[in-house]
Amino acid sequence: MFKKQTAILMLSLVLMSSACVTVKEYQKNKLNDAEMALSSRRVEKNEMNFQSYKEGAAGANGGKTGGGCGCN
Amino acid sequence: MKKLSLTLIGLYLLFLHGFSQTAKQYENIFLSKPLKLEEVNLVSSYYSQNGSHSAVTGGGTSILHSSTKNDTLNGSERLTDIANMIELKLVGYGETGNKHTILAGLGIDHHTAASQKYISSSGASSPNGTRVYPSLNWTVENTDNGTEFGLGTYYSHEYNYNSFALDAHVGYKNKTGGELGFKVSAYFDKVKLIYPTDDTLTAHFVLPNTITPYDDIVIKTNASRSSGGGYVYSGGGGSESVEVPSLPRNTYTASLTYSQVINKLVQAALLLDLVKQDGYLSLPFHRVIMNNGTEKIETLPSSRTKIPIGFRLNYFASDDLIVRSYYRYYTDDWGLTAHTASIELPYKITPFMSISPFYRYYTQSATKYFAPIGVHAATEQYFTSNYASSAFNSHFFGLGFRTAPPDGIANTHLSAMEIRYGHYSQSTDLNSNVISLHFTLK
Repeated sequence: MFKKQTAILMLSLVLMSSACVTVKEYQKNKLNDAEMALSSRRVEKNEMNFQSYKEGAAGANGGKTGGGCGCN
Repeated sequence: MKKLSLTLIGLYLLFLHGFSQTAKQYENIFLSKPLKLEEVNLVSSYYSQNGSHSAVTGGGTSILHSSTKNDTLNGSERLTDIANMIELKLVGYGETGNKHTILAGLGIDHHTAASQKYISSSGASSPNGTRVYPSLNWTVENTDNGTEFGLGTYYSHEYNYNSFALDAHVGYKNKTGGELGFKVSAYFDKVKLIYPTDDTLTAHFVLPNTITPYDDIVIKTNASRSSGGGYVYSGGGGSESVEVPSLPRNTYTASLTYSQVINKLVQAALLLDLVKQDGYLSLPFHRVIMNNGTEKIETLPSSRTKIPIGFRLNYFASDDLIVRSYYRYYTDDWGLTAHTASIELPYKITPFMSISPFYRYYTQSATKYFAPIGVHAATEQYFTSNYASSAFNSHFFGLGFRTAPPDGIANTHLSAMEIRYGHYSQSTDLNSNVISLHFTLK
């Protein structure tokens, strides 16, 4: 179980770190666009709630991981 | 000349000292700002679903044979839910220049569920429910060194379920666009032991040993909910009115996130959660119809460990198009493995207006404890017929619209508005629709 997760984790870290360039603040106008945010948006909140009730998996999206409701 | 030079140096130092004092005072005045309301967010949703595998009726249509009659309970999962949430964001600066952010939220959901009335086999239970959930979060950020620390608390109340949560998080931003975050949270939930009220279930039903001192008695809730209490029936005796007892369900989560700016157009994030749950992880009003026709209530282990790993990559593909992508791998020690992949393509009609088609695919294997109606053997230790634990896949797609003009919508404090519709279909025959609205006021 942990082997697969470790492989995914390491691959993601390698991909993220290998291709990075330093971006100055004044070059971040596109990165700072609200739709570029690296999180689920508030308008998605209740979608994520019903998915956590109707599906077995949850978490790793900044939202619920279980607990707080009668869901899984 | 020497005297003049010394005088000039002395004056220079005096001025320098004087200006530096002034600058320092000015800096403090500038940086120290009391908390001020910066943003208000309002989110409203309407959700509607239908299906035929309700866990309340044992995962399908069931016939309950009581001593006086036979009740046919259809497995309808018809449900509507209206959810409203308000969140206030306050920002202030301390004397040392640290930025303080407070998020205060309040949510209210109200649902109507067809299956809920069949907690009582006669259909007399209330099909409605309301959940109220306030939250409070505080974060202090040192903008000089890129570190932050925060604390949060959350409370949720509904008729049969209460939850209290605490969390703490730390974060660090480096100079190369990397951001590391670590968060721990603990949910302390209480599940009210509202059991189905069927004569046959009463006869065959044995409560888990953990529920002492109620081992040999059955709790029937007050269908009208007028008193908030219940009735306890002992085996051969009369009845006594008491509060419905609860059992704890605790959830502890450690979350690690790392995000990185890849270049001027691409950024990515890795999200890892480690979740440990213990306590009463079943729901007491979920029936299970065994292969010999007897009825029991869902019984699941008292511990569960979950590991979800997520990866996000957002790419500003052209002047008009953004690609938002997400993948999650999930596994737990109940044997469930799941994959989630989603893509959203916000297209900018103007720089301040966009439409966003999206699609999400989800697939999962069944847990070790799931079987459909009438399949579980009476000898099994753990069993559920809740289809959230079955093997299935789902599709979720829809469209969003967002506008955020720089001077506000119609020059008002309404700075952004977003509307989003999605249709969800699961291979278990469950279908649902959700529409959400989000307003930001500044």
